[in-house]
Amino acid sequence: MGDISIASLYAIFPELYLALMAMFLLMATAFKYRRISNSMLVSTLIVLAATGGFLWPHLSAPAVVAFNGMFMVSRFTIFSQYLVLAASMLTVIIAAPWLKEDSLLLGREYGKSSEFLVLLLCATLGMLLMVSANDLLTLYLALETSSLALYVLASFERDHATSSEAGLKYFVLGALASGMMLFGMSLVYGFTGTTGFEGLSALFALPGFVLSKAVVVGLILIIVGFCFKLSAVPFHMWTPDVYEGAPTPVTAFFATASKVAAFALFARFLLYPFGHLFGQWQQIVIFVSIASMALGAFAAIMQTNIKRLLAYSSIGHAGYMLMGLAAGNAVGVQGMLIYLATYIFMSAGAFGCVLLMRRDGQYVEQIKDLAGLGQTRPALALAMSIFMFSMAGIPPMSGFFAKFYVILPAISAGLTWLAVLGVIASVIGSYYYIKVVKVMYFDTPAAAFDAETPCWLRAGIVVCVAVTLLFFLMPSPLVEQAKLAAGALVR
Amino acid sequence: MLTALIMLPLLGALTILLMTHGDSERSADEARYIALFTTCLTFFVSMYAWMGFDSKTADFQFVEQSAWLQGLHVGYYLGIDGISLFMVLLTTFLMPICILCSWRSITVRVRAFMVNFLILEAMVVGVFCALDSIVFYIFFEGMLIPMYLIIGIWGGNRRIYAAYKFFLYTLAGSVLFLVAIIYLYFTFGTTSIPELMKVAPKLPLHIQEWLFLAMLASFAVKVPMWPVHTWLPDAHVQAPTAGSVILAGILLKMGAYGFLRFSLPMLPEASHYFAPLMWGLSIIAVIYTSLVALMQQDMKKLIAYSSVAHMGFVTVGIFSFTMQGIDGAIVQMISHGLVSGALFLCVGVVYDRLHTREITRYGGVVNVMPKYAAIFMFFTMASIGLPATSGFVGEFLVLLGAFKANTLVAFLTATGVVLGAAYMLWLYRRVVFGEIVHEDVKTMLDATGREMTFFIPIVLCVLWLGIYPKPWLSAMEASVAQLLTQSAISHVEGAQ
Repeated sequence: MGDISIASLYAIFPELYLALMAMFLLMATAFKYRRISNSMLVSTLIVLAATGGFLWPHLSAPAVVAFNGMFMVSRFTIFSQYLVLAASMLTVIIAAPWLKEDSLLLGREYGKSSEFLVLLLCATLGMLLMVSANDLLTLYLALETSSLALYVLASFERDHATSSEAGLKYFVLGALASGMMLFGMSLVYGFTGTTGFEGLSALFALPGFVLSKAVVVGLILIIVGFCFKLSAVPFHMWTPDVYEGAPTPVTAFFATASKVAAFALFARFLLYPFGHLFGQWQQIVIFVSIASMALGAFAAIMQTNIKRLLAYSSIGHAGYMLMGLAAGNAVGVQGMLIYLATYIFMSAGAFGCVLLMRRDGQYVEQIKDLAGLGQTRPALALAMSIFMFSMAGIPPMSGFFAKFYVILPAISAGLTWLAVLGVIASVIGSYYYIKVVKVMYFDTPAAAFDAETPCWLRAGIVVCVAVTLLFFLMPSPLVEQAKLAAGALVR
Repeated sequence: MLTALIMLPLLGALTILLMTHGDSERSADEARYIALFTTCLTFFVSMYAWMGFDSKTADFQFVEQSAWLQGLHVGYYLGIDGISLFMVLLTTFLMPICILCSWRSITVRVRAFMVNFLILEAMVVGVFCALDSIVFYIFFEGMLIPMYLIIGIWGGNRRIYAAYKFFLYTLAGSVLFLVAIIYLYFTFGTTSIPELMKVAPKLPLHIQEWLFLAMLASFAVKVPMWPVHTWLPDAHVQAPTAGSVILAGILLKMGAYGFLRFSLPMLPEASHYFAPLMWGLSIIAVIYTSLVALMQQDMKKLIAYSSVAHMGFVTVGIFSFTMQGIDGAIVQMISHGLVSGALFLCVGVVYDRLHTREITRYGGVVNVMPKYAAIFMFFTMASIGLPATSGFVGEFLVLLGAFKANTLVAFLTATGVVLGAAYMLWLYRRVVFGEIVHEDVKTMLDATGREMTFFIPIVLCVLWLGIYPKPWLSAMEASVAQLLTQSAISHVEGAQ
């Protein structure tokens, strides 16, 4: 097992690079650049972009297994890693003004330090490793790498009680979920004698294989752990509190990058080692999908806080992505990837808009604070309503295509009733999205927000709007890439 | 050509967004003129299309096709036939009129209003031109966004309730339609409407039934048919005048158009199977909503209910499966688009003066507004279906077709004509004739030049369609004949 070949190192070179850069940045933070500056932000972006650049040669190369089967680099993992990197970059961009302003404006003893960026890079590193994990052990380690960084990020605003509470809550529940997952893995290992994905896959494919109940219990426990990460019902309880309490850029990071990584890993985990046990897990995924869509649709209606609303909306969206997965075929995985790709942009954009909701330098988060935004800040209101309509799945926004591509596989797999339930949930859910639009356009204006729009945030929102609104002009590149990626996973 | 029809309004909207700034009166005027110019230009382009239209063939014309969602073989596919041609013309004809009628009645956020209207026009034209069901669906649902905003921002007191109701009702219907087209895609591997018309009728009846019901959910809400019509009175009453004109004139036609484009040719067996149900619902719509219309105190609400009744005629005509019935249904759609649009404009004219729509607040209007009274009289008569107006041609053909299909249906539908005369004439009497009871009615000024400008073309069209409908009927003849074969031959096959 001790073989470290050049080929293996080459396969995970992008991750190695990111790890080295994160450590380098940590040193820089510790000794010189304590405060966030534009140069720190730009160098973080460059590191992320360079990681993406190093991934490029792997994209069209055949699948590679590295470190004796601990890691796998395939078209699917590379595609998902690109999504994770895109989400991380968007997070850095929309977080920039928030990171900079606090240390300058409020003149506290400690401003926000550059550790934020280091933590973000570490979390991204964990996510990249998660996506390519090819063994239960690497899966767990990668998951914990990203989780530990996320726990700290959630409580990054140390002097806010809500942020600390969010971090603690996320940590306690996350640890519980990790524990269950680990227990499940030990059961799987105990009854199959292997932790490698390939070994498991080969074992389940054996002609005379008798499935032990304990393996199924183990599988279920691992799925429970994943559902926690995906914020899927019934393990979603932490989501609204953490989304509300955590600083908004961190929430955006949870909603985008963390979700992408968890979904990509979940899809690989279910379809590759446990692909032959499709019958065992399909029912569970279908149930979780329906429950998430329904809860996302109904529970969000009564929310008054925009971040809580987006939290419930993200639960609902997780349900739709699971619908693609429930089909268990290549089309389904393709749909899930397309959903994730479009969701990153609408979600990051929406959180970017939330970051612009400030009065006298203070962040406000109530939906009623948005009243009359269409008159006081027409451009911001337009952007926000584009994201809302997109999340509601109204064409021609990208959210419609996302829903379209997960309904397709559901019907192709004979789950028409699931598709019908999904679209009904989307109608119910559209109520609260258009409610936000209503507040912005139909209500009498509340006090105006601060006029200043930092250029970082403006750039981030413009990118998200462009992707969300104009996706329909050129859907093919993404769709084709997602198809190839899905083809690499499901053979 | 058709892409130009869709792109022109979008370009106009973009021009307004980029070229005008702020809320000043000057920028509002600029926005108005740009919108008027764009809609007129679009209308001329569509007229040009009519001139180039070959009425001898039933094939789709001005076809444009390019790859779009490549992996799925979903293409950007446009084209029109004799049925959609008139829907497109109706849209482009009514749009400049809407812009004109909101010239002075929309005073807040004029730029946003014009932008929304132009986007709406692009979406509606797109619906009627689309030959791919996914493209159709995108336009069909995309039009919800501008309409939601138009009702919600510029509407009346209960506009928010009305906007929600409109949005959610329509969305709830159309998502099931989406499931149906995806199902068809998986069965036949295509979303192209002409392809599906060829292959979809081969489906067994029990599957056709489900698909029909899914499509019905979408189209019935749009038409609207009883009992899912309740969004319509709210939306019509609360929308600004131009919004009501578009709702009544064009958006309702999308539902009936959907029946003609999807349900009948693709699911002929199910269409025949469900015809009694459709007749029943239509007859209820005709009789029940006419009675409801009789009791309305609000002018707009009365006309809104009359729309439901008139659209009942359309669905009876469509599901009579006869040449006359379907011809009649299309003529009735055009006629209703013109006449009820004009009636909403009539209400808008007096509303702009007294700011109330209550019937009892008027009375004796003829004494102060003779020109207006004449126009209103003309459209009242057209709505009743007086010979020499378009309403007569439509209702007559529908009844003829229905009579061929089922005598009882024809008889019950015909009662709607009588009831229609009752509520319209009574409305006219209460508003226009009688003594002037309220002092402020005396101060009302007669229709202005701008208002006459948008009434006169509609009057001419209604008369043309009423007196000499031949050019219209002959242009749609080939397409309707083909539709009949599509919905009939396979019916015989299915029976064997």
